[in-house]
Amino acid sequence: MMIALIKEMFSYPFMVRALIVGILVSVCASLLGVSLVLKRYSMIGDGLSHVGFGALALAVALNMSPLKVAIPIVIVAAFILLRVTENSKIQGDAAIALISTGALAVGVMIVSFTTGMNMDVYNYMFGSILAMSTSDVTLSIVISMIVLVLYVFFYTKIFAVTFDETFAKATGINTNGYHVLLAILTAVIIVLGMRMMGALLISSLIVFPAITSMRVCHTFKSVIICSVIISIISFVTGITMSYLYATPTGASIVVVDIILFIFFQICGLIQKKNV
Amino acid sequence: MPLMTCEEVSFSYENETVVKEVSFAIQKGDYLCIIGENGTGKTTLMKGLLGLKKPSGGKISVGEDFKSTEIGYVPQQTIAQKDFPASVYEVVLSGCLNQRGLLPGYNRKNKERANSNMELLGISHLSKKCYRNLSGGQQQRVLLARSLCATTSLLLLDEPTTGLDPVATAEFYSIVDKLNQEHGITIVMVSHAIKESIEHAKSILHLSHQSYFFGSVEAYQGSAFGKRFLGGKNDDSLN
Repeated sequence: MMIALIKEMFSYPFMVRALIVGILVSVCASLLGVSLVLKRYSMIGDGLSHVGFGALALAVALNMSPLKVAIPIVIVAAFILLRVTENSKIQGDAAIALISTGALAVGVMIVSFTTGMNMDVYNYMFGSILAMSTSDVTLSIVISMIVLVLYVFFYTKIFAVTFDETFAKATGINTNGYHVLLAILTAVIIVLGMRMMGALLISSLIVFPAITSMRVCHTFKSVIICSVIISIISFVTGITMSYLYATPTGASIVVVDIILFIFFQICGLIQKKNV
Repeated sequence: MPLMTCEEVSFSYENETVVKEVSFAIQKGDYLCIIGENGTGKTTLMKGLLGLKKPSGGKISVGEDFKSTEIGYVPQQTIAQKDFPASVYEVVLSGCLNQRGLLPGYNRKNKERANSNMELLGISHLSKKCYRNLSGGQQQRVLLARSLCATTSLLLLDEPTTGLDPVATAEFYSIVDKLNQEHGITIVMVSHAIKESIEHAKSILHLSHQSYFFGSVEAYQGSAFGKRFLGGKNDDSLN
């Protein structure tokens, strides 16, 4: 029964594409998520996804390739958000609210002036595995591989910058450089993941695995590894659910995330009692 | 040749000067406490020594064969760190990063150094424990071990005993004394506690809003500056 189901799922090329891209993007998002959550930047993902929505609406209106328009715009937004958080009279959370609602409104305006609320737009909001073309898939695979390699290579520095920025700076690490790197990688991964998860749910890929694994893990390395595993489990389970019951992909994945979170929370409480 | 020399350095934030024309030198083997009320720029001055903030005036010079990235630094703890999932070993090892350059990971020498520093500070048994579950005193030792991985010569500590109970505070001071006396590490400590500073330090830099004092502990105790803050005889010239 199980094998037949898997066979059937893989007989559709779009499902194979979705699985490959989905797993890669989820893993990248969960890696970046650990740093973002610990640095109190959880909401940045949400803000950037709305900017991404605005950018995609613009791309559709101009009849251009969605990813090529969205990626640069979202990277710029990520820069602005991180800069604002550092030195400005507007607080970080307020800045995110401003930029995200602003971009969303602009996106909706563009849509209503051009195509109207059609299926395409709906897919950007809530995500769809059918939305990905072959060129999207190639681009997604290449970029996710780059993110993975950079993350592994700079792992120790990312740990140091996340744990204690002042100390890292004092010992001669270019902390600004790592902030910029984090901003760019996050922006890119959000745009890639948006097609599948939708603008409204993409930040769950960033936040859920990190928060969930922190319930039970006590070292940075184990949090990272656990987040990666959680992100893969929730993606694969979610997409299977979506396939079987024709539910939206993004929402299905988040539902699995919620269940895992509750399970880990309980495990964490039991663990605490036994110590 | 001093490790570091400050000549009439000033620091300011948006046109407001917090440290004004302060001169002092950090000698090898010294134990300098920087004291003063809130808002007199103690932490700012320390950031200046670390090269994290540029002085708005004056000059900070570093002795020959001493690199500013070789400073061990124990910063004030941030809120984010209090619930950070990391093992003691991971935190201590991250102190070795200034020897890695762009290379990924750590080598065996780094790991040995981390282990020996944990042993030195008596936290080897906590190696696999989670940082956030430790007591304040233990956390401070972990950060001290990390900073020892970054340096063998100069340690900068920013109010390291804040939030520690009296027993942990006393323990922490005795560890720092040991590092200074037995291992020859130069100490610069920003502190609120004037009494402890005089007890443990060799030199004092006292910042106040109008002026400052720099000299040995003995000179400080004898000075008008010291007498006022130590609650000695009233000195009319200061009023």
